[in-house]
Amino acid sequence: MSEVEEMLKRIQGHKGVIGIIVVNSEGIPIRTTLDNSTTVQYAGLIHNLSNKARSVVRDIDPQNDLTFLRIRSKKHEIMVAPDKEYILICIQNPSDN
Amino acid sequence: MEIVYVYTKKRLEFGRQCNFSDRPAELHVDLAPDDKLVHDFIEKDPCDSGIQCAQEMSEHEVNTERFESESRGVNHVEGGWPKDVNPQEVEQTIRYRKKVEKDEMYVNTILQLGSVMEHCIRQNNAIDIYEEYFDDTTQESAEEPSSAKTINVFRDPNEIKRTATHLSWYPDGAKKLAVAYSNLEFQRSSPDTSLDSYIWDIENPNKPEMTLKPVSPLVCLEYNPKDSHILMGGCYNGQIAYWDTRKGSQPVELSLVEHSHRDPVYKVIWLQSKTGTECFTASTDGQVLWWDTRKLGEPTEKLILDPTKKMNIDNALGAISLEYEPTMPTKFMVGTEQGSVVNCNRKAKTPADKIVALYTGHHGPIYALQRNPFFPKNFLTVGDWTARIWSEDIRESSIMWTKYHTSYLTDGCWSPVRPAVFFTTKMDGTLDVWDYLFKQKDPTLSLQVCDEALHSVRVQDNGRWLACGSHSGTTTLLELSDGLCVMPRNEKVLVTAMFERETKREKILESRHREMRLKERSKSEQGGGGDDHAEREGEGDEPEEDLVARAEKEFYEAIEAEKKDRAAKEAKRNEALKKENELQGEVIMEEDGEEKVNGHPEKDGGTPDNSAE
Repeated sequence: MSEVEEMLKRIQGHKGVIGIIVVNSEGIPIRTTLDNSTTVQYAGLIHNLSNKARSVVRDIDPQNDLTFLRIRSKKHEIMVAPDKEYILICIQNPSDN
Repeated sequence: MEIVYVYTKKRLEFGRQCNFSDRPAELHVDLAPDDKLVHDFIEKDPCDSGIQCAQEMSEHEVNTERFESESRGVNHVEGGWPKDVNPQEVEQTIRYRKKVEKDEMYVNTILQLGSVMEHCIRQNNAIDIYEEYFDDTTQESAEEPSSAKTINVFRDPNEIKRTATHLSWYPDGAKKLAVAYSNLEFQRSSPDTSLDSYIWDIENPNKPEMTLKPVSPLVCLEYNPKDSHILMGGCYNGQIAYWDTRKGSQPVELSLVEHSHRDPVYKVIWLQSKTGTECFTASTDGQVLWWDTRKLGEPTEKLILDPTKKMNIDNALGAISLEYEPTMPTKFMVGTEQGSVVNCNRKAKTPADKIVALYTGHHGPIYALQRNPFFPKNFLTVGDWTARIWSEDIRESSIMWTKYHTSYLTDGCWSPVRPAVFFTTKMDGTLDVWDYLFKQKDPTLSLQVCDEALHSVRVQDNGRWLACGSHSGTTTLLELSDGLCVMPRNEKVLVTAMFERETKREKILESRHREMRLKERSKSEQGGGGDDHAEREGEGDEPEEDLVARAEKEFYEAIEAEKKDRAAKEAKRNEALKKENELQGEVIMEEDGEEKVNGHPEKDGGTPDNSAE
């Protein structure tokens, strides 16, 4: 198994993790552990949101950059780790503790 | 070092030299006053001009034009793929993904991002920063006063406004509200009046979600509780129609005029049945008809509300409200225009036996009739100026009632979540919320919903949302405060006790009345022989006149007393005024008096001393 797969498996193994999605800079889901329609929806929406969040941070201070985005909702938490080319999205249910 | 720069300007560049001298004044133009011009002007006398140093302000109000909004949807398709990849082709997309996953940059990025992500997940699992510490402590019944707030207002979109005669909530969650619109004033609706009724999305007051187009205006409209696409409506002309919202605005089927009601259909209720297609209707023509939507051509059953049990439609009582409790499927009740409630049993052997009991007590039509959702033995009626609660066992009188209001009551219903709470609407546009455990004399909450008469009220099943329809077709959606839609712990027990107590009281009164009547009869029988009958008849006539005379006398006496009372009060007030005017003088007088009083004790104190000596 590749290093990436190992890493993803480890993340998925943590308590409360519902799913992981990797999205490229175009918003296309590359790797997912969720079903197709959910993945496409998350990919499209989170991609937009993370771009918007990044431009907000950069507009405020051009030398700054977005490193992580946490969206806390009633049902779960969506965690977004953005990079230049890819975005890693993880959905976790923290109340499972 | 000295830097010098010389600017030069010749004398001749300055222009000619000025040469001033004295000379006498001379007249250039002389304009003589023109008398004709006087007519073109108006002399202003006095002349106003502001001299305040503070800025003048004024307040203006502008009613802005209503902003119409509309919701629309767009269907998105998957995009963002490279040009040579067709997102519809599974193989191509898989190949593309595989290619990306082999990319070194991808591997590096994900490994780096993964460690960051793992850190966050661990954080979340280590401590829940949003933990609710006091989750299980139940909120003690808050002492805040009950209230209600308006959420939305749905207006009849037509030029000629009609009354919102009946409301029905969407059975699957409180998303929609069906409103029947019709003009109930006899022969008052103009030919241009729209026939349409509407289904509203409760979040969009700008535009109805759907229009229902009947052949005659709808007086009542009801969602099928089993199938939320089906609606049954009763028309002003007596016909019954049903709609399937998937099949458009036109009714799916109409009942035949010759087999329908002859008067407006005031109420329709869906029956509890396996197929969920049966319902029954009531109208002021004195008939109750049963229908099956699978064949609307003819009613499946018919009942004429003749209290003499002869099934004569000329004697029939006009039905204006209906009550049906799904847990008692063979029973139903009808409220009549004449002010009585008819308790019926559908499964009786003969048609005449279907009428079980009659409850009389209201002075006018019974606009609303509903069994208590928790105690079906007790039911609420709304008519004339009161709302009454009855017990099925007591036919003589209601067990509880509100005071007589100054304006007519138009509709009412129980709260579906609290057994002691009910709502009534009035002609003056107020909605009253009664909590009979808390207060019986006055409503717990009285809300002026609009300036015109309210006509209908309906509560959503959650007991929190309430819609009222007004005379000119305005439907107001209200949200009730927690106190009115959360049942306190021991309410059921208390309400049971209250209903039982009142029923007992009425029973005792009833038996006492019966006893007295029996006594009277036996007395008159003892006293008289053959002449007794004639005597009593004579008595019967005389007392009636006497009664009128006595009532008149009492009335005038009461007025006289009131007048005297008022005159006395007036006199008192005048006196008080006079006194006030004289107060100045009195103060001085009082001071004099005090001196005198002060003088006395000395004397008094002196005398005992003297006697001791």
